[in-house]
Amino acid sequence: MIEGAKWRKWVFFYLPMAFFLLFLLFPFYWMIITSFRPDGELYRPWNAVNYNPFWTTKPTLEHVKYLFEETLFSAWLWNTTFIALVSTAISLICGVFAGYALSRLNFPFAGGLGTGIFITYLVPQTLLFIPLAEIIRNYNLGDTPWSLILTYPTFLIPFCTWLMMGYFKAVPKELEECARIDGASRWQAMLYIIIPVAIPGILSAGIFAFTLSWNEFIYALVFLSSPAQKTVPVGVTSELIRGDVFFWGPLMAGALLGSIPVAVVYSFFVEHYVSGLTGSVKG
Amino acid sequence: MAQVVLRGINKFYDTVHAVKDVNLQIRDKEFVVFVGPSGCGKTTTLRMIAGLEQISGGDVSIDGQVVNDLAPMDRDIAMVFQNYALYPHMSVFDNMAFGLKMRKFDKKEITQRVKEAAEILGIGDYLLRKPRQLSGGQRQRVALGRAIVRHPKVFLFDEPLSNLDAKLRVQMRVELKKLHQRLGTTAVYVTHDQVEAMTLGDRVVVMKDGVVQQVGDPLELYNRPANKFVAGFIGSPAMNFANVTVADGNGRLTAKNAGLEIEIPGTQGERLRAHLGRELMLGIRPEDLHIARAGDPVGLTFNSRVEVVEKLGSEILLDVRVGEDSMVAAVDPATQAKAQDQLRLAVNPERLHFFDARTEAAV
Repeated sequence: MIEGAKWRKWVFFYLPMAFFLLFLLFPFYWMIITSFRPDGELYRPWNAVNYNPFWTTKPTLEHVKYLFEETLFSAWLWNTTFIALVSTAISLICGVFAGYALSRLNFPFAGGLGTGIFITYLVPQTLLFIPLAEIIRNYNLGDTPWSLILTYPTFLIPFCTWLMMGYFKAVPKELEECARIDGASRWQAMLYIIIPVAIPGILSAGIFAFTLSWNEFIYALVFLSSPAQKTVPVGVTSELIRGDVFFWGPLMAGALLGSIPVAVVYSFFVEHYVSGLTGSVKG
Repeated sequence: MAQVVLRGINKFYDTVHAVKDVNLQIRDKEFVVFVGPSGCGKTTTLRMIAGLEQISGGDVSIDGQVVNDLAPMDRDIAMVFQNYALYPHMSVFDNMAFGLKMRKFDKKEITQRVKEAAEILGIGDYLLRKPRQLSGGQRQRVALGRAIVRHPKVFLFDEPLSNLDAKLRVQMRVELKKLHQRLGTTAVYVTHDQVEAMTLGDRVVVMKDGVVQQVGDPLELYNRPANKFVAGFIGSPAMNFANVTVADGNGRLTAKNAGLEIEIPGTQGERLRAHLGRELMLGIRPEDLHIARAGDPVGLTFNSRVEVVEKLGSEILLDVRVGEDSMVAAVDPATQAKAQDQLRLAVNPERLHFFDARTEAAV
């Protein structure tokens, strides 16, 4: 940076950055502050005395307590975790193998198949749930976790496959050729060389898939009906909004607790995740 | 230790005929270098020997056994790649041990062989490091180490030095040569660098457009190139070419064009008599030109105008214009010459090359 151009950095970097951060983080802040506010403060009119929407002097855990004691929140949390983990695992396994095959094996129509898989990803879920509902009903899977575990891969597998395809393409093919000269079969070369090298890519695909299934709403809303089977996004919105009454405190506490696992997963793998996105393999 | 025989090797990619009918017998312990411009089919040929590329036609045999249908792992070869292809997630030790582990050697043997190879290559101190912590030269050594621990029948090298900087390349070239002398394993080496080819190869195979142009030891290629391509490709700076007509001047044959007239010496002249009156391509290497001295026969000298003087230290390269042709002369470093000087150059009569103007084959 040239001396005397400091104001430039402020105007073109720090200020936009600050605005961007504020814009992005404010909803989270609002969620956190609402979770810990007593009801008395939450339902005060805006022109009340000492009204302060951005801060509370009497933080409380009553909403969190309500969530765990008066609702099935812990069951929803468990359902969501279980469904997200299993569907991510299924999608990741399929995605890694499919991505490898599409990027490395020369078979007829490989290119077309890759595009085909991508196109299925583009079909909006809001349309796809209609035929899927029929299938779920025929197999009597409605209102069980399996209705989601088996339908989430419809969008997770194409997603993982595409991500992995791109990643495998970035791994120099000499690595594999060298392994095969070294005495590894195609299978061993993949297992010992290509997959370990592609771990960052696999991690980022996994994180994305986990987040997508954790946050999924439509299928969960349609395929699950009994309160004990619900996932966090559906449970919170359907059980804590009764008629036109919004239980803001527990709602926000539910949203907060529901987003913590994802945030933890992200920050834990962020280093791998970023290198996965940039697809860098250094030889 | 093995001989490698290529019998009528062909490679087609869809409609492209990448390698055309290559025949070659690589002897046991020989170091053979394939050289040529990019896209000439040299790497494809190597990859067919390795088994990484299907052979469209012909046979490859290693140690007497046809290996066309053998997987790379069953051919008992080791290959060093241009980008080294080190496994980035493994330590240097594991990189070198991988091939032995895959072949189920016992731990003691693996450790001993890796240590031995590391000793030879001077990388013993880095065995626990990851490839990304090594410099280019060290990575290159690890790649070599990975090849030699296996004690394969044949080493295959695919431009292994081209990612190194110039100085290191020269150093590694010497080490490669020493390594080969020490191990005596048959080696096939691919490069686009003719200096590498000349210094490393027991024999050099020059390829162009998928066709082998000439096979021979380095000096044979340099002294008796089979055609204009080989003549121009081997040697640095490249050979000068000029179109000339063979004429008979009072019983002595001369090669003549607008800028020069050179008397063709006796024995060569007899051979060229058949081409009397025809157009040929005259080839003169820059190092076979010198500034004319008093004793030089007039028939071997011609006028030139200096365009550029390149002072290299050990010699001076003069870029000169001779009639309509541009030529380069490598002259004594003590020469005082500057651009636009008129100089009379003389040629070494023993070292004139002639090529058919149409087929470009040597005559």
